[in-house]
Amino acid sequence: MTALRNDLIYLVVFAVAVLAMPIWLAPFGAAYPDLMQKFAIYGIFAIGFNILFGMTGYLSFGHAAFLGVGSYAAVWSFKLLSMNVIPAIALAVLVSGLFAAAIGYISLRRSGIYFSILTLAFAQMSYNLAYSVFTPITNGETGLQLALNDPRVIDRALFADAPGIPRPNLFGIELGGYEAFYLCAVILILCFFVAMRIDRSPFGMMLKAIKSNQTRMAYTGFNTRPYTLSAFIISGIYAGIAGGLLAVTDPLAGAERMQWTASGEVVLMTILGGVGTLVGPVIGAVVIKYFENIFSAFHMAKLEDIFSFLPDGLESFVVSIVSPFVGEGWHLTLGIMFMLIVVFLPGGLMEGARRIRARFGGGRGTGSKAHSSNPAPAE
Amino acid sequence: MTNAVLHVADVHKSFGGLHALSDIDLQVMEGTTHAIIGPNGAGKSTLLNVCIGRIPPDSGAVVFDGKVITGKRPHEINQMGIVRVFQTPEIFPDLTLLQNVMVPAFAKRDGAFTLNAFRGADRETEIRDEAEHWLADVGLAGYKDTLAASLSRGDKRRLELAMGLIQHPRLLLLDEPTAGMSRHDTNSTIDLLKKIKERGMTKVIIEHDMHVVFSLADRVTVLAQGRIIADGTPEEVRGSAVVQEAYLGGTHR
Repeated sequence: MTALRNDLIYLVVFAVAVLAMPIWLAPFGAAYPDLMQKFAIYGIFAIGFNILFGMTGYLSFGHAAFLGVGSYAAVWSFKLLSMNVIPAIALAVLVSGLFAAAIGYISLRRSGIYFSILTLAFAQMSYNLAYSVFTPITNGETGLQLALNDPRVIDRALFADAPGIPRPNLFGIELGGYEAFYLCAVILILCFFVAMRIDRSPFGMMLKAIKSNQTRMAYTGFNTRPYTLSAFIISGIYAGIAGGLLAVTDPLAGAERMQWTASGEVVLMTILGGVGTLVGPVIGAVVIKYFENIFSAFHMAKLEDIFSFLPDGLESFVVSIVSPFVGEGWHLTLGIMFMLIVVFLPGGLMEGARRIRARFGGGRGTGSKAHSSNPAPAE
Repeated sequence: MTNAVLHVADVHKSFGGLHALSDIDLQVMEGTTHAIIGPNGAGKSTLLNVCIGRIPPDSGAVVFDGKVITGKRPHEINQMGIVRVFQTPEIFPDLTLLQNVMVPAFAKRDGAFTLNAFRGADRETEIRDEAEHWLADVGLAGYKDTLAASLSRGDKRRLELAMGLIQHPRLLLLDEPTAGMSRHDTNSTIDLLKKIKERGMTKVIIEHDMHVVFSLADRVTVLAQGRIIADGTPEEVRGSAVVQEAYLGGTHR
């Protein structure tokens, strides 16, 4: 079973790369917990999105709704039950799963662009309702926050009240920066493992067959709807876990998480990294979050500093050319990069890695260690 | 006397003003190879589409194994044991040849839906071995890891044949299985189909190639303009004046 051993190596390499983020991200200026948490969380979101989009070919434009629902569920768990993250994540899984089942049941009656529009409509509906009808649950524009007088029934039954608003914990371990990152990292690795198992299973094979030729599946004796619905629910749960973890790292849930731009972002992550690959979506998530947080923080003074080795006239010239692409203009860089990738590397960064490997000997089909090379284009 | 596996009872179907099928009454006997021939547009493919639930008939019914199957969904009809091989190859272009043949085997073993998401597909040695066996039978053994999209049209047909055969159907519907194949490939397909016949599989075959029809068929039904104009043994049909006219006289009326 060499395939099995390759998968094990793949998983171990992935796990090491994720856990060692604080080390290898340091030269890129990204090794601080807040950002690494985001890498891991959006990695989970994108892996789950890929289970639907990459395997079945159904392009959802409303996945941020599940992210938002997961956040609300987790914050409610903090408020009502306990500050422990286990019930919070469990509730996020449950609620986002049910929500995905309902939306998927209706949306999956159509395919192609109609499916995408239906999911988009549902997500926008959720987003707008969060500001209106559902304000008792979502607390509207203020966002759902923790308060001193929250019931927290389990915590109050077991422990004495500590002063101030408590922080999320894992059986007493308070989840500050690095603890929270490692929690997210471990869950990311678990989620990656599960996605890998699905990818290698007969179920995964059926999903890919549906993507390849759905009509044929019906004449082959498969009822395709339960397959696509299961994939939809699984990916909704992944989004819910990601949303729950966002609430763990910062116990505040707002409806802006459900906006269509957030749904579009996970589509970008997946395509950028490589649709249908396991690690690609994670790479895409890392690259986009890196841009959003690092590139956007560049300003004139820093640019002048970087190009100070150039002669004076040239320096100001280069700076004036480069400056629209950083700081507030980081979207421009991201947009150009996205266009270049879609045009020249339709398989995303993973395809780039595969081509490089094919050119320099080797040429093994299954990608394994493209991970460490990923932030290179961001520099 | 053998009994009818498939009974198409009095089926009508029209598209707008065109009578694609009228008064079709047809019985396919257990273990036989039943050929349906006729000029282009005679309604042969429509008839198969009615049988597999792709097109609902306007009236009449299709009875399979004593059960009415009209109105059932395509996957239910497949699960009952009717498998169709299409005229334009319907395969999974993004999967490997081996996976293409494994997928229908899973449908046969696990039914229309199973959430078998945690067992590795490469541990399914039984299904893989069987898929390899059928790939070898259709002459594609050497290509099991190539993507199906890269196959030639004739090879896609052979692949689809393997996909149908691995399900061990009670009734196999073949829509021009040798169209686009070389003479050599046609002959090896005929040999394969003869071999299957020895195992007692019932087949309905639509074919233009008379060589194929007369090498395989026990019974021949001739369709023209949506009606059955002749039905009998190959020899009877070959001698029939009506059939000669339908083929040689072209479409009249």
